[in-house]
Amino acid sequence: MFRSTRRALLFAAALAVPAMVLAGPQPAAAEKVLRVIPHADLKNIDPIWTTAYITRNHGYMVYDTLFAMDANLKPQPQMVDTWSVSDDQLTWTFKLRDGLKWHDGAPVTAADCVASLNRWGKRDGMGQALMNVMDSLSAADDKTIVMKLKQPYGLVLESIGKISSNVPFMMPKRFAETDPFEQVTDMIGSGPFKFSKDEWVPGSKVVYLKNEDYVPRSEPPSYAAGGKVVKVDRVEWVYFPDQTTAMNALINNEVDYFEQPANDLAPILANSPGIVVEVNDPVGNMGFARFNHLLPPFDNVKVRRAAMAAMKQEDYLLAAVGLPEYFSTCYSVFPCGTPLESTAGSEIVKSAGVEEGKKLLAESGYDGTPVVIMQPTDIPVLSAFSLVTAEKLRKIGMKVDMQAMDWSTLTSRRAKRDPVKDGGWNIFHTWWIGADVLNPMAIAYSGDPAKGWFGWPSDADLERARTAFPLAKNVAEQKVLATKVQDRLYAIGSHGNLGAFFTPVAYRDNVKGLIKSPVQFFWNISVE
Amino acid sequence: MFSFIAKRIVATIPVMGVVALFVFLMLRLSPGDPASVIAGDYATAADIERIREQLGLSDPIVVQFGNWIWQLMRADLGISIFSNLPVTTLIAQRLEPTLMLSLTTLTFSVLVAVPLGALAAWKAGTWIDRAVMIFAVAGFSLPVFVLGYALIYEFSLALQWLPVQGYKSPFDGLLPFLRHIILPTVTLSVIFIALFARITRASVLEVLEEDYIRTARAKGQTERKVLLGHALRNAAVPIVTVIGLGIALLIGGVVVTESVYNIPGLGRLVVDAILKRDYPIIQGLILMFSFVYILVNLMIDIVYTLIDPRIRY
Repeated sequence: MFRSTRRALLFAAALAVPAMVLAGPQPAAAEKVLRVIPHADLKNIDPIWTTAYITRNHGYMVYDTLFAMDANLKPQPQMVDTWSVSDDQLTWTFKLRDGLKWHDGAPVTAADCVASLNRWGKRDGMGQALMNVMDSLSAADDKTIVMKLKQPYGLVLESIGKISSNVPFMMPKRFAETDPFEQVTDMIGSGPFKFSKDEWVPGSKVVYLKNEDYVPRSEPPSYAAGGKVVKVDRVEWVYFPDQTTAMNALINNEVDYFEQPANDLAPILANSPGIVVEVNDPVGNMGFARFNHLLPPFDNVKVRRAAMAAMKQEDYLLAAVGLPEYFSTCYSVFPCGTPLESTAGSEIVKSAGVEEGKKLLAESGYDGTPVVIMQPTDIPVLSAFSLVTAEKLRKIGMKVDMQAMDWSTLTSRRAKRDPVKDGGWNIFHTWWIGADVLNPMAIAYSGDPAKGWFGWPSDADLERARTAFPLAKNVAEQKVLATKVQDRLYAIGSHGNLGAFFTPVAYRDNVKGLIKSPVQFFWNISVE
Repeated sequence: MFSFIAKRIVATIPVMGVVALFVFLMLRLSPGDPASVIAGDYATAADIERIREQLGLSDPIVVQFGNWIWQLMRADLGISIFSNLPVTTLIAQRLEPTLMLSLTTLTFSVLVAVPLGALAAWKAGTWIDRAVMIFAVAGFSLPVFVLGYALIYEFSLALQWLPVQGYKSPFDGLLPFLRHIILPTVTLSVIFIALFARITRASVLEVLEEDYIRTARAKGQTERKVLLGHALRNAAVPIVTVIGLGIALLIGGVVVTESVYNIPGLGRLVVDAILKRDYPIIQGLILMFSFVYILVNLMIDIVYTLIDPRIRY
């Protein structure tokens, strides 16, 4: 009996070893993993150093913010417990919540936050504007931040609670003191997830682990605000360069969540059992055709407006997005459905058509100068926008020189102010996520050719209204100024407004608790 | 022989130098730069310039080249502009999937193609020969991604036998490794099987016409011995040459298969780096690929001496 038992054990062991080798290590039984296909690969991890949206999303995993925007587009306290502002609106005092800890166990202090705000304020547009009116920023004690301003400023909370790049994430002082044009060397935050640096394979995989020490707020989640309750042990971002493979992996239950499936794949996914497809970003993206205001023929406002008048939004959206459920016309430069939406000056876009464009071009004195359109063939939406613009401009009587290139080449070339013969350009297309252009402070709407965005429009009235916006005393005054900004943008033919479009998300139906927001968050999500 | 190997290894140094200069100039003279990609959509021209300065891209090209060569002399491929990680770390992370896929593909291709090609030559003009050649033409003509998607549809989505995507290391378990590597291997092998089978057929066919084959047959050798012992061995030199080239092609050329099956290999690393203009990664990888080419050629030359005693260096 003993001998046979021993033999049996030896035999079982002999079988077990190769079986283990064959099967590989088994995951911890109770571990809950959310497997995500992100919209891009995480190539860099410092959300202040870069404005890439994937790095911003990574920032939300690892870091926390003092304030955060809610679904009403209002900033709400996040790391901050209580705050106050003096009667003269010049001194702002913020007290941190209890229990805030960095991932290395050290407590979050006001000095860390001061250093973080300073670093952010050197890179971000809204941050720079805030720093321009700041007299001092200091830590009164371990938990109290005091901000003193030179003049009242209406966007203090909107700035430090902004939802998109660059988000003012809080990091330990030793990292926040890094030159903002250099990357931080480690990922210690106080956010709801910890970054698993050893498992990071740039271009392929990123792993986040639940931060067991995180103390979420008690309010329900709303956009970036409210309680960040983590309901999984681990989130894995696995980047797929190929959309079809990503779709197949979701259908085959190898991943749980697909952040940005191409619009043409959405119907296939929607018809697959066990998969939900929906729009998760209520604000959407705004299509944008940028003219170069420095070079002929678009140094002539009449030519710019003629081109604008030909840019019928429906044609662009049908070509680039296709499915009507994922786009809508929007003639406001501020996203439709948001507080500053306006109709000011938009008649030219609303009634756009080739005939209107022809008429305005005839009046403009256009001399036949060819228009160089930079077409980024590696980004399908922008490539389609470029093709539609080329067709529109030809139809109204302009000469077009379409130049195909990749996006990297375009981003480098668009910074050139040189004449076309020396590498300059006339039009490129892009889009802004709605959350980035909610108000006139967006750099896209600058009228200052020295400090403004590519294309370099110049309009003193526009710039006056923009700079007055953050100084407005109330919401009504802000609306008046935003309306003025929009009016000027259309009057000077700043850019072609190509309408709003929405990118769906797709996920397995056992994934619950998605937060509807312009930014993808992974707290509150469970895998059942 | 040893002096031959030593000479060849020394000769790689100037070759690598020329490659390094060519790669460096090609990248710096091509449009686009990483600073504008890093700066993103919100950046002003001043921001981009500041980033260029920080990355050392505003230095004269000669200075940049000198800095890079100095790094290389210290066996340092540099730091990725985007991830801030050493290029050697990034290559090391991606090397195993590409090597494993190359190894399985090469093994499978040789095991299938050489017998198939020899069989086609032996049965030249028969339906077997025609069938092999039809397969070879089809193998060349079928785009890798079409075959990949078709296999995924059938074996992953319809039959649910194998996963759609991903890579598992054999060191973490043989079964998960095999489950993940089978479809990419078959997909990538088809073109190599076609190539090797055609070369084998042509080589063996040529050798079968030689006098010594006729002599062997006249002396009463069985057809099996004639084919395997005399014809195939003497036909091996061109076959080995093509297999060697196949190894080099595999190391750097599996990007489509890696994308279709979402395998984090070197092919994807180089394409991603090119799209982002991550110069240190591109430079490091092209140097590495060049070195592999040189090494494979050297190995082929050495293998020649083993299979053909007439070849001596």
